Amino acid sequence: MSVIQAFLDVLIERWDAILTGTLEHLYLSFVSVAIATCIAVPLGIILTRKQRIAEPIIGITGLFQTIPSLALLAFMLPIFGIGITPAIIALTIYSLLPILRNTYTGILGVDRSAVEAGKGMGMTNFQILYIVELPLSLPIIMAGIRTATVLTIGVASLAAFIGAGGLGELMFRGLQMMRNDLVLAGAIPAALLAIFFDLILRWVEVKTTPRGLKK
Amino acid sequence: MITFENVRKVYPDGFEALKGIHMTVAKGELVTLIGPSGCGKTTTMKMVNRLIEPTEGKVLINGEDIAHKNPVELRREIGYVIQQIGLLPHMTISKNVSLIPKLKGWAKERYLKRVDELLDLVGLDPTVYRDRYPAELSGGQQQRVGVARALAAEPPIILMDEPFSALDPITREQLQDELIRLQQEIQKTIVFVTHDIREALKISTKIAIMKDGEIVQTGEPNQIVKEPKNEFVKSFIGDEHSGSDCDGSRMSSYK
Repeated sequence: MSVIQAFLDVLIERWDAILTGTLEHLYLSFVSVAIATCIAVPLGIILTRKQRIAEPIIGITGLFQTIPSLALLAFMLPIFGIGITPAIIALTIYSLLPILRNTYTGILGVDRSAVEAGKGMGMTNFQILYIVELPLSLPIIMAGIRTATVLTIGVASLAAFIGAGGLGELMFRGLQMMRNDLVLAGAIPAALLAIFFDLILRWVEVKTTPRGLKK
Repeated sequence: MITFENVRKVYPDGFEALKGIHMTVAKGELVTLIGPSGCGKTTTMKMVNRLIEPTEGKVLINGEDIAHKNPVELRREIGYVIQQIGLLPHMTISKNVSLIPKLKGWAKERYLKRVDELLDLVGLDPTVYRDRYPAELSGGQQQRVGVARALAAEPPIILMDEPFSALDPITREQLQDELIRLQQEIQKTIVFVTHDIREALKISTKIAIMKDGEIVQTGEPNQIVKEPKNEFVKSFIGDEHSGSDCDGSRMSSYK
């Protein structure tokens, strides 16, 4: 009861800090996912054309994923120092795998007969990509971006450890001061953000599923 | 006219798929390539639109070596129908059929008119089917669209790779009948691959029987039935027939 009361008081007193934290959090997450998308989607497409090197490269991004997120952020310190840049680099590395893997498997999963028909009819490689392969794999690529976004919003809470701000800062301050109300003031908005974007991106996924593929 | 001059194909693993074949397909002919699996019939067909390149020898269309042509432009002048149909599931029937005319830069009115013409030609009512998606059609209807798509850009040559073998027997018969009618109507040069000798006897103006990368015999259907060149051809025609249900009547029409 008292925690909830205190939490509500924090909301009212520190709404500006929460708002700033939320905006920083969103900034970190979106810039990272956007960079990761710009790297992973083209890379995924290239890997479908060079399948021999696909598994090793996807394996490397998988390796990054197994590094505990806090450790990955800590690795950034000696190389890039503290602040937003190292946090974005770490979060980008973290977002790569789901987008890369979904782009790769999504395109390879496109019905081969549609691709063969396209080639036999006289489509150029580029036309096969943008008329056949990308539209048909878009829902799967979007699912990868959604996974990466939700993951990144979660991990971005830790970015406060290397001085990148975000909602994590409220949580850590609360932990240090043993004030659960402050912890909640950071944790609840972070959780809501993750849920909110999961829902939004699920909706986008449905919208990008081509008619004719929907049951 | 399509000419194969001493065409050989050796795959990187050393397998010799074609052992130097010679063949001429005249304009307006419907030539069937037939033989047991692995005989090289699909390889031969795919050389016409350069989906497979010969190791040796030449393929000529109207006297011109196609090895010197741009493969994309070459393929746009050749219709292509495959067993798996391969319609693009995210596009309507109209968009599927008009794809190549559109890529070739036809005006919208022209290709839309063409779509309706073609759907009529393959026996689908344009007002009903034009705006449907492939998944909303039966297999037979989808392959009719596949044929319409192959005809869309008015190619003089059409390649058909076992187009009807995945369909049920009744639909297959219908589409065979319509192919014969279409062929008489539009006079295309058609190269048709099948493993079904009954289908070959029914639709072809000329049959090429293949075995182990070589053409064993070519000729008109009745000629092949009457004068099989060797035991293989005889057994190939015979075997296929002993298993079929109405060979008596079918064969009689060729005698």
